[in-house]
Amino acid sequence: MRSIVGTQAKVTGTLDVLGLPAGHPALRSRIGYVTQAPSVYDDLSVRQNLDYFAAILDPGRAAADRRHENVTRAISDVDLASHADALAGNLSGGQRNRVSLAVALLGAPELLVLDEPTVGLDPVLRRDLWQLFHTIAADRGATLLVSSHVMDEAERCHRLLLMREGEILADGTPDALRTRTGTDTVEAAFLHLVDEAIAAGRRPHEETAR
Amino acid sequence: MNTTTTPRTGPATSAEPRTFTPARTTATATRVLRQLRHDPRTIALMILIPCVMLLLLRYVFDGSPHTFDSIGASLLGIFPLITMFLVTSIATLRERTSGTLERLLAMPLGKADLIAGYALAFGAVAVVQSVLATGLAVWALGLDVTGSAWLLLLVALLDALLGTALGLFVSAFASSEFQAVQFMPAVIFPQLLLCGLFTPRSEMHPVLERISDVLPMSYAVDGMNEVLKHTDVTAAFVRDALIVAACALLVLALGAATLRRRTA
Repeated sequence: MRSIVGTQAKVTGTLDVLGLPAGHPALRSRIGYVTQAPSVYDDLSVRQNLDYFAAILDPGRAAADRRHENVTRAISDVDLASHADALAGNLSGGQRNRVSLAVALLGAPELLVLDEPTVGLDPVLRRDLWQLFHTIAADRGATLLVSSHVMDEAERCHRLLLMREGEILADGTPDALRTRTGTDTVEAAFLHLVDEAIAAGRRPHEETAR
Repeated sequence: MNTTTTPRTGPATSAEPRTFTPARTTATATRVLRQLRHDPRTIALMILIPCVMLLLLRYVFDGSPHTFDSIGASLLGIFPLITMFLVTSIATLRERTSGTLERLLAMPLGKADLIAGYALAFGAVAVVQSVLATGLAVWALGLDVTGSAWLLLLVALLDALLGTALGLFVSAFASSEFQAVQFMPAVIFPQLLLCGLFTPRSEMHPVLERISDVLPMSYAVDGMNEVLKHTDVTAAFVRDALIVAACALLVLALGAATLRRRTA
């Protein structure tokens, strides 16, 4: 995921993102990236955090009104309007994650890269965030790239890439995967594919799924 | 949760982000100052400690006002350097470890914007600190300067910039706040010992004198002493000020090289 965003050093091979080589300067305003740990300033309020990142994405005094509008909308998108003036450091883990997500929503990115965005959140919030993800994809035509270790989360995506040990085991819609492997859940489908791979003589150790 | 989002208005698309944009620099400086404002105790410590130290020094050298003159003037240059070194090294270390630096560098922010923003914000704090310390020393504690107090202030400001530059640079080599703080004795103390504060540099062992010739703090202290002894802006003062400024810019450039967009 860091290779796609262009922050990973020592990458071999070629990787094109939105038609440009990964890490190209012109991509910096077109991609939103949310790391697993919230990357926000703990000693600033929610609004001040967003104000700053908005000023980096869309600088200048002429853009002040547009920035204000975008910041307010991003805050309400992640349901933090009631905490807009609270210090990020005083928020709960899930709330800080949402501040981090709100930063990525600024500037209307075409591609949103989300590294385990719903880890440690309660079921209601998780459902709401997935609703928001689908809305972003549908209304803005943005692509969301979500990583997850949890297979019932993966089931909510339109297209799945199952990765293990750096190799892609499967690529398709959740339905297609279930049908192909003759299983009921994506989790079972994944396990089935891993067992198949082991039987084929490979020795996978570590697991990443997307 | 509000899920009825509408497509938001995007920024005017510029093909290639520039490396330096004043608006992004001032936004960064504002952000750093806002962070500081949420931490009033740090502000109070930064502003008050130099004043308290000068007051202490004044009465330590109660019987020899001349010693207070020379040491006091030197310290007016050293305080901003040490404070800004500490503050910047911790602030940028936090930026590196919290992931905000990676996030910023994945955005269209030039490295020069970030560094200039920090320098601008901490420079402003250094001005306040130096004005209070210089004012106290010259008008209340009877520090006897032959030259203009404004020149003292100028050197203090250049020193603050040097401290910011050094702090930014060493933060790249520290992986924790503990290490960052330990860089203070490592980077600052040798300069403190060799800068001519304790004994004139010409009376040191020739090897040490040679070493002190390449340490920027020596020129900061020399510059302060020029103002102390001469009414005019001497050639030596101009040289000292330029050397300190050049060192600060050089270290800032080195610091910029440690901000990497791609990390392992």
